[in-house]
Amino acid sequence: MFLRKIALAGAVSLMGSGALACSYENEVPIKSLSAGFEAWKALTDAMAECGNFQAELDQEFRTKQPAAFEANPALYQIGGVANGTITPLLNAGTIRPLDDLVEKYGQNLKPNQLIRINGQIMAVAMMVNTQHLMYRSDVLADLGIETPTTWDEVLAASAKIKEAGVMEYPLGATLKSGWNIAQDFNNMYTGFGGTFFNEDNTTAVNSDAGIKALEMMKAMTEYTDPEVLVSDSTYVQQQFQQGKIAMANLWSSRAGAMNDETESQVAGKVVMAAAPKAMEGGAPATTMWWDGIVIAKNISDAEAEAAFRLAMEGMNAEMVQGANDAAIWLVEGYEPNDLAQGVIETATAIPPPPAYPSTTQMGLLHSALGNELPAFFTGERDAKATLVAITEAYTTSAKEAGVLK
Amino acid sequence: MKFKTFAAFVGPSVFMMLLFIAAPLVSVLIQSFQVTQPILEQVEVETCTPGFLTQTCVTEVKTVPVLDENGATVTETRWVGLQSYQNVLQMNKVWEAVGNGSWNDIMQIDFWKALRFTLTFTLLTLPLVIGVGLAIALAVNNATRAIRGPVIFISLLPFIITPVIGALSIYWLFVGDGILTAMLERWTGTNISMFAQGWTIEILMYFFQVWHVAPFAFVIFYAGLQTVNMDTLESAVIDGASRWERLRHVIVPHLMPLIIFIALIHLMDTYRAFEVIVGFRSQAHVISLQWLTYDFMTPDDAGNRAISRASASAMLTMIGIVFLLILPLRRTWRDHKGSAH
Repeated sequence: MFLRKIALAGAVSLMGSGALACSYENEVPIKSLSAGFEAWKALTDAMAECGNFQAELDQEFRTKQPAAFEANPALYQIGGVANGTITPLLNAGTIRPLDDLVEKYGQNLKPNQLIRINGQIMAVAMMVNTQHLMYRSDVLADLGIETPTTWDEVLAASAKIKEAGVMEYPLGATLKSGWNIAQDFNNMYTGFGGTFFNEDNTTAVNSDAGIKALEMMKAMTEYTDPEVLVSDSTYVQQQFQQGKIAMANLWSSRAGAMNDETESQVAGKVVMAAAPKAMEGGAPATTMWWDGIVIAKNISDAEAEAAFRLAMEGMNAEMVQGANDAAIWLVEGYEPNDLAQGVIETATAIPPPPAYPSTTQMGLLHSALGNELPAFFTGERDAKATLVAITEAYTTSAKEAGVLK
Repeated sequence: MKFKTFAAFVGPSVFMMLLFIAAPLVSVLIQSFQVTQPILEQVEVETCTPGFLTQTCVTEVKTVPVLDENGATVTETRWVGLQSYQNVLQMNKVWEAVGNGSWNDIMQIDFWKALRFTLTFTLLTLPLVIGVGLAIALAVNNATRAIRGPVIFISLLPFIITPVIGALSIYWLFVGDGILTAMLERWTGTNISMFAQGWTIEILMYFFQVWHVAPFAFVIFYAGLQTVNMDTLESAVIDGASRWERLRHVIVPHLMPLIIFIALIHLMDTYRAFEVIVGFRSQAHVISLQWLTYDFMTPDDAGNRAISRASASAMLTMIGIVFLLILPLRRTWRDHKGSAH
């Protein structure tokens, strides 16, 4: 992950003006800053075909974006965001409403793609992402295990695989301390019906759902690699590809890599399913995410128009067909295949999983969770004390940020 | 030297030091007593986000910053005294834990956890670095001339590698079924997970630090060895001093100023330990003071940074370095005064 980040940070792809598959020649110089995963690469490559476009693909984009968009003129015309990372841009008012531009150039957009804040279109989504169950169909079929639909079933299946001696650690999990472990807690917590905040902005994680979520996560670690506290999405993906694990709740954007024969030893054997439920009758224990583009406010209207037109040219059916497996696209022309099954089942579940909340408080709570949760898994603290510590850490930073008085 | 000439030579460097070191330091000091917050308001916001086929819209009360007519966030800065220091140190919890006699409770507070590691990391590796550096220097000094060049080259390699890359290499050698873990597992027949518990990670970190810094000590000591007074050494041989006695009574005293020098540099450098934490991804088990400051500074997804706590933690780190350096600095000062007379 780290090396990839470094590589991507440096990989500012400068592309010439070879107008190949583009319907027009772009005259205005446009720059974009976005994350660096496969889907963004596909989109920016398609945009570069129109010429005069420079894409910066950087996994650390979120630390740069707020300042870069606050500059006047903004350093980038186009920003790639997700529902977590749009918050600072919305708060600082550095992105512009897109209603008029959508009307002019957005004929191919589906209503589902338009991110509306108080009725105004502030971003255009291109894909959805969520963590859902991936499992080795051959391993589960051999042992006669049905597709697990709840976390209890996942644990039972793990126990069976371990007992049968097929794998020592059948379960993978993105429990790397920091952002990842916090996100896994968020998934489980919402799965148990927990709410993150009270009305006065204090946090509500110190609750029954919190205890249950922690206990369930602790139960998971019985079947995960002992080094699970350093395991991020890339690590879990590799464990899958090397046939070391049989199940994991992993990002749908990683699904394509499972069946990539050049790097996966288990191509074709990994099946996507809905995120398991934490409790009977609850929503799948996960959160829904979207990725999409925003246009900077501090640029001229002409630039904004050119930038949006270029983004729309990139976000077309042709681009999606060229990179169908790279993401769960929302763009016209996407054909959902087996890899999309997990997301579709997750998103259409009743009740559906919530979208990850894009609020200032959530950012603070996410950090507090990421810093305080590991002590529970190393056994230094019990569940109750961990939740108290999270509440205290959140309160301290919320007071410093002015969210709490 | 004329004062004018002196000033002309020193002036630019003093100016740079004031601009790039003193000024930021003063600003961090001031910020550690202040809190800057945006003015927030509560508004009802309807947000529509995509599912797979349809959108879900939620209306909720959000806390958002107020913008002025130019579109800039309105902020207010308050003096909060030692509040940020208290937030970092959490003295009330520390006293409570001391009252209970619970070491574990103190180690639950980030700052003290980081301080514990930073201190053991710094102080444990210090004698090792000096010892290993001296040993390599003596070995090279006694090696035949023909192989001296290659030996020096190989000994210097770890020093040339960027620390974060060195840390990552060691991480990859040992994580999961890394090459070395796999070898150890085959050899011992047990399953080894070096990154599953704190103490194994710490051992790897000590190893990395000594591996990385010892070449620096070696270079300095090797240079020092070239200036050992041969007459003294020969007379020691004639007096029947053994190899060990010569080392103990002639060479080490001769190298003492260099040992102090290396200790100074090592204390300063290692107290700022940061690469090992990032490279070894050890945040779940051990953190360092510098990493703590970095963590406060890193914006979360919503763009919040804890600038005030970061400033307080940076100031505390600096105070810590000053304390550590007092002893060796006093000695250098005494030596300096001694030689002036």
